[in-house]
Amino acid sequence: MHISEGVAPIGIALAGAAIAVPCIAVGLRALRDEQIPRAALTASVLFVSTLVIRLPIGPSSVHPLLGGLAGLFLGWAAMPVFLVSLFLQALLFQFGGITTLGINTVVMGLPAVLVYYLFNGRVRKAGAGKSAFFWGMMAGVTAYLVSFVLWATALILCGKQMGPIVGIALIPNIIVAVAEGIFTGFVAAFLLRVYPSVFELSAARSKGGKR
Amino acid sequence: MSCATYYTGDTYIHRLDPRPKVVATLAFSVLAALTSHPGVLVAGLILGAFLVSLARISSDALLKRLLRLNIFMLLLFILVPLTFPGEPLFMVGTLLYSYEGLMWSVIVTLKANAIVLVFAALMGTVDPFVLGHAFHHLKVPEKLTHLFMFTLRYIDVLHHEYMALIRAMKTRGFIPSMRIHTYRSYAYLTGMLIVRSLERSERVMEAMKCRGYDGEFHVVSHFHFEKRDAIFLLITSAVLVILSVAIYTNRGRLW
Repeated sequence: MHISEGVAPIGIALAGAAIAVPCIAVGLRALRDEQIPRAALTASVLFVSTLVIRLPIGPSSVHPLLGGLAGLFLGWAAMPVFLVSLFLQALLFQFGGITTLGINTVVMGLPAVLVYYLFNGRVRKAGAGKSAFFWGMMAGVTAYLVSFVLWATALILCGKQMGPIVGIALIPNIIVAVAEGIFTGFVAAFLLRVYPSVFELSAARSKGGKR
Repeated sequence: MSCATYYTGDTYIHRLDPRPKVVATLAFSVLAALTSHPGVLVAGLILGAFLVSLARISSDALLKRLLRLNIFMLLLFILVPLTFPGEPLFMVGTLLYSYEGLMWSVIVTLKANAIVLVFAALMGTVDPFVLGHAFHHLKVPEKLTHLFMFTLRYIDVLHHEYMALIRAMKTRGFIPSMRIHTYRSYAYLTGMLIVRSLERSERVMEAMKCRGYDGEFHVVSHFHFEKRDAIFLLITSAVLVILSVAIYTNRGRLW
């Protein structure tokens, strides 16, 4: 979900950047030097999976956004991680663009941070199995829907006349949010069983991610 | 996967110092976002096309990039004039297709394509790793530069891991379809990629510490700002100033 290059007038583009910059600064501060490879490899995974995985929905298929997943184990670090992966997407594939980078970072990153506060603790305490799946799913759905709301708001702020586009996008995006939720739920349940320390940001900080 | 830019090449544009290229791209993008003056935007489009041809970017790769952008623009052309108040051009059922809405879509399309052409010609012709290096010199926060470099470094590695995993799944008869099994399989695949990448990140960190990593990256090669870079910077500044003046003197007027 992104705002295309050129759509945002300068005021909205700058406003997006003005929100993004302090959030990215918080994210960078939370990231210690020795955690950078960890965050970067996560960013690479997110980048690769959003590009190559296509979840089938009916006759069509969609790319997962993975905002919820990123939020669950990155917290504030999700902001710089999304900045980097969105910049790379613009550079390599022209998804989004340079003038809308700030807005898009906010659209993807802030919901991830929100999900961290809402669901990280719940997933950790869930114990593997159904409840881990459930909270993971909630994280995925929440991040997706909040991203959609932010995207729609930004688009309408860029021009009221783009309202119909939001209208057309509404129903498909609600369906995709559910798909994203199921996917995130399974990933969360899997990670909690196989590598639970991934959700422990503070532990990872002191022990470098060791179990 | 990372061969989607055009940094392999040896033209005048490729040989330029990446730092002024980054600055020029940003300045041009801001200027283009600032204006909705069609004349200025057409000039920007011509400038972009000129730079692209100077960099001899393959038309296939460039078309793919422009196509991705203009699919959204097509949507604007279809939908926006129907709700944009203004003089009607023609009727679609009970809806008016307005002239003002059409003009608005034209302007946004010009703007977007101009920015993308300049972006492709100037940023796309820099090896992404060199771009990270340029960010370092342009005082982008250290951690952010490191994050960028590391992410770039491991995209290909993880793409290969993904290929290995998906190949293994396919040998076992995995066919994606709209079933919960497909979702679970893809989720476990992503989960496995995350686990592998976290374990790899620990090995990377340990290896870096062994080599004396102390939170700082030492750049070995340095950029040289040469005469051609000065000329490039001079010409681009001149063009940008001319465009700004054109924007300023034509405020409120369309042509």
